[in-house]
Amino acid sequence: MTTTSTPAATGRPASTAASSPKSPARGIRRPRQRSEWKGLAFVAPFLVVFLLVFIAPVVYSIYLSLYREQLVGGNAFVGFENYLALFGDAQFWEGFGRVTLFLLVQVPVMLGLALVAALAIDSARLHATGFFRIAIFLPYAVPAVVAVLMWGFIYGDNFGLAANINDWLGSTIITPFAREWILVSIGNIVTWEFVGYNMLIFYSALKVIPTDLYEAAELDGAGPMRVVTGIKLPALRGAIVIATIFSIIGSFQLFNEPNILRTLAPNIITTYFTPNMYAYNLSFAGQQYNASATVAIVMGVFTAVIAYVVQLRGSRKEER
Amino acid sequence: MSTLTEVMTTTDAAGGRGASGTRSRRRGAYRPKYSSPLRPRKSVAFTLLMGIFVIYSLVPLVWLLINATKTQAGLFSSFGLWFDDDFVLFQNIWETLTYKDGIFLRWFGNTLLYVVVGAGGATLLATLAGYGLAKFRFTGRKAVFAVVLGAIAVPGTALAVPTFLMFSQLGLTNTPWAIIIPSLISPFGLYLIWVYAVDSVPTELLEAARMDGAGEFRTFFTISIRLLAPGIVTVLLFTVVATWNNYFLPLIMLSDPTWYPLTVGLNQWSAQATGVAAQPIYNLVITGSLLTIVPIVVAFLGLQRFWQSGLSAGSVKQ
Amino acid sequence: MSIARSAVRRTLSVVAAAALIGTLAACSSGTGGGGSDAGGSASDLDAALEKGGKLTYWSWTPSAEAQVAAFEDAYPNVDVELVNAGTNTEEYTKLQNAIKAGSGAPDVVQIEYYAIPQFALSDSLVDLGAYGLGDLEDQYSASTWGAVNVGGKLVGLPQDSGPMALFYNKTVFDQYGIAVPATWDEYVQAAKDLHAADPSKYITADTGDSGFATSMIWQAGGRPFEADGTNVTIDLADEGTQKWTGVWNQLVEGDLLSSTPGWSDEWYKGLGDGSIATLVIGAWMPGVLESSVPDAAGDWRVAPMPTYDGTPVAAENGGGGQSVTKQSENPALAAAFLRWLNSDPASIEVFLSSGGFPATTADLNDPDFVNLESEYFGGQKINEVLTQASKDVSSGWSYLPYQVYANSIFGDTVGQAYANGTDLNDGLATWQDQLVDYGNEQGFSVNK
Repeated sequence: MTTTSTPAATGRPASTAASSPKSPARGIRRPRQRSEWKGLAFVAPFLVVFLLVFIAPVVYSIYLSLYREQLVGGNAFVGFENYLALFGDAQFWEGFGRVTLFLLVQVPVMLGLALVAALAIDSARLHATGFFRIAIFLPYAVPAVVAVLMWGFIYGDNFGLAANINDWLGSTIITPFAREWILVSIGNIVTWEFVGYNMLIFYSALKVIPTDLYEAAELDGAGPMRVVTGIKLPALRGAIVIATIFSIIGSFQLFNEPNILRTLAPNIITTYFTPNMYAYNLSFAGQQYNASATVAIVMGVFTAVIAYVVQLRGSRKEER
Repeated sequence: MSTLTEVMTTTDAAGGRGASGTRSRRRGAYRPKYSSPLRPRKSVAFTLLMGIFVIYSLVPLVWLLINATKTQAGLFSSFGLWFDDDFVLFQNIWETLTYKDGIFLRWFGNTLLYVVVGAGGATLLATLAGYGLAKFRFTGRKAVFAVVLGAIAVPGTALAVPTFLMFSQLGLTNTPWAIIIPSLISPFGLYLIWVYAVDSVPTELLEAARMDGAGEFRTFFTISIRLLAPGIVTVLLFTVVATWNNYFLPLIMLSDPTWYPLTVGLNQWSAQATGVAAQPIYNLVITGSLLTIVPIVVAFLGLQRFWQSGLSAGSVKQ
Repeated sequence: MSIARSAVRRTLSVVAAAALIGTLAACSSGTGGGGSDAGGSASDLDAALEKGGKLTYWSWTPSAEAQVAAFEDAYPNVDVELVNAGTNTEEYTKLQNAIKAGSGAPDVVQIEYYAIPQFALSDSLVDLGAYGLGDLEDQYSASTWGAVNVGGKLVGLPQDSGPMALFYNKTVFDQYGIAVPATWDEYVQAAKDLHAADPSKYITADTGDSGFATSMIWQAGGRPFEADGTNVTIDLADEGTQKWTGVWNQLVEGDLLSSTPGWSDEWYKGLGDGSIATLVIGAWMPGVLESSVPDAAGDWRVAPMPTYDGTPVAAENGGGGQSVTKQSENPALAAAFLRWLNSDPASIEVFLSSGGFPATTADLNDPDFVNLESEYFGGQKINEVLTQASKDVSSGWSYLPYQVYANSIFGDTVGQAYANGTDLNDGLATWQDQLVDYGNEQGFSVNK
């Protein structure tokens, strides 16, 4: 329910692309009165739990964000004061800027790698395709806690693998925990965890491209690169949009990786390193539940808006 | 968000439905057709290039495997990617399993419980709901998905306190329910089943069943669920991984280690190296991490054929 | 199929009920504690032990398990459920959540000294004075007793103490001909000499640790935090604080500190291989060294903490005690358990044998304890040094009533000076500003 596990939990809407849009609504041919409550009966269990674990906390957070409770002096309604305070909060904006930067760099790199891997595996030019597919996908099965633990050991510039490499190079060039590298180090962990997952999304979208398209391409004398740019990439557009949206949500919710890595780089990774860490520390270290709820709501709105914009752009391209 | 919903469903409902369904189940039949026109040669250079990719993916896992064979002291005194003189893997495993009266096994059992009930339940709920959305028309149907998507955009970490306070009022904190109930929701699962059910369960079939007087739930459990099977397998795969890796929520909800899942337990072992009366057991943390991912990796490998066919069939159907 | 159907129905009803209550619950924010208020006397405690009952005890101390077992042997009517709810801040977070939620807190809970004022302030801890436990004052060292008394209430009993001393790696010192520093100036010189002789070796590792920094300020005579109820004074530029930064800045700015974060695997490694040559740390450290850095057996020795002017003075570092929460349904029994836990010789013996350092004066003065020769420390009678340090702890120190929060942002502020190798005073000034802001926001009246 946090961070980059969100795309994991939600991501793979695979698929495909293109042609003949067909919305689920069309699947329903003969609406009937009595299916009204029957449909609801199917959906109700999900909705009830959803109400409890998602909607109720969101509503509660909105409520909290309009109040201010002090350690000394009790609780008071403050209207939008918490929001105003947050908009003037340099620590919040610093974290926000950091995840934005992270998003702009890490997401394209990760999705680019995933795309290359998917195209390579789909190209039928590889030996042992099955092995590649599973090997690249495996890190996705590793819990974030374990992944960070492993990379933390590897990054260690005193005794870790980084130190070994430094010794070998006779320098101290590799410092994964230094201020200027820490975001790269975190990006690497996230990429490692999710590249295979996204690769699989793209791969399964590629697999359903109708063969007649390839046959037509061959008749036209198109080379492999032409096939990629002319057939495969357009076919992947839908999958790319979806993967991007969920990666954006994951980036904005970045938490587990920096938070666990913090014990190894305590001064570099601050308590407000990402907005989500800020929200966490506001409530759990500072008991500033109201400010924390405000961060949650603001980030939720930001994330939704940006996801929406990406989706709009994505769909516009598609119409072209 | 509603446009987003539409596009998502549109994109995914589109594409090669129909004929390719059978093809995907026998991938062999599809692949030669593709390779015959273009006839790509297997390329060693290309394979090696991708090999770098694989090394990147596997090095940390190899590191884990190698270091699980070392003692606490050996961890620091030997090169990270090669074995130490002492090979104590089995001793480490034994210690991990027996440390503190075998609490690791207890955590393992908890994790299994959360996975079976949580992921199983999530798949069930998502299947029911996705099917309901696809095959029935009722008021508010379109709003459902927009709301679900909007809600997941709010960071869960920040919702932890409200959720905790509510669960606490319900008396659910520090019980398995505090972990299981939130994991019952898989927005992605809902979405996948929704788009999948549109085509894979023919409305005519449902009509016929209704003519015969079968109840909707009976129809669902006898007919529809089989048609949905590949989609269900796919959803199950992802919910299993999500539940197995669940960390933050149990960390907040549970104070009693007897209900911890493996992830939180391992983190606690890692944290006990700190402060007064510190007891670092990094060798057990590493071995424990290895043992944590082994079952899920084995499940991945073992079920590979099964879930990959589910995945591709899913895509086809969409 | 029918099973599945009924499961669905069951899930439905459970979930529906839960959602309903949840919506209601969401509207009321839980504050304060359930359970009964404290009230009673010493005789109530004996009666409670006789009557028996069930208690929950949160602790991460390794000796807790054996102590609970011994207690249950002695008082078979009492059933104590021991829960390791996490190590330090993790436990406090859970305790804080339980207090906020109004339920879920244990009867007895381990809290370090620095965190006690925070929980005392929120009125979450039972005043043990009501059970006559104030009579135990003579049994504990002055500094630990002071730490469990907040605002005139006895909110806990001390379990251990951490008078600071200088732990140094004698093998490394001998190898490079470095004398054991008695003053901080000598310590800085030793740092320079050692690092010059072998650039891979550092006098100590410090990446900015709030507990260490506050203890060092304590020893230097600084008293940056004062709290009287909700009136708080913060002065992180007082004379004592500046005395410490005057010394420590030389190490920070001179790049003479190892950048290995404390308690990481690399840190343990550094303690073992001599690359971290000293630790100025609490008296509970020997147990950690013995169990976690076994390879360095024989290398380490203990010396009094260096001073500024030659007059012996020490400070407390770490350590804590146990408290009874107001949520306890049976505070008398909880207090009775606590009394046994932290004053009964049987319990303290278990604690000591696990490597703990006592807060009880009887043990601190016990010749058997003081004269114990530690094999790990090359046969040195380390407790001579450590118990003397306990007597040298300067008085009058207090923590903030929101020290847990304060420590959590130490890395954001002072930690930046560490990371950049710049003046600690600047970092401390930032820390102070944020602490003042936070205090005022939270309804304290904070003076600088």
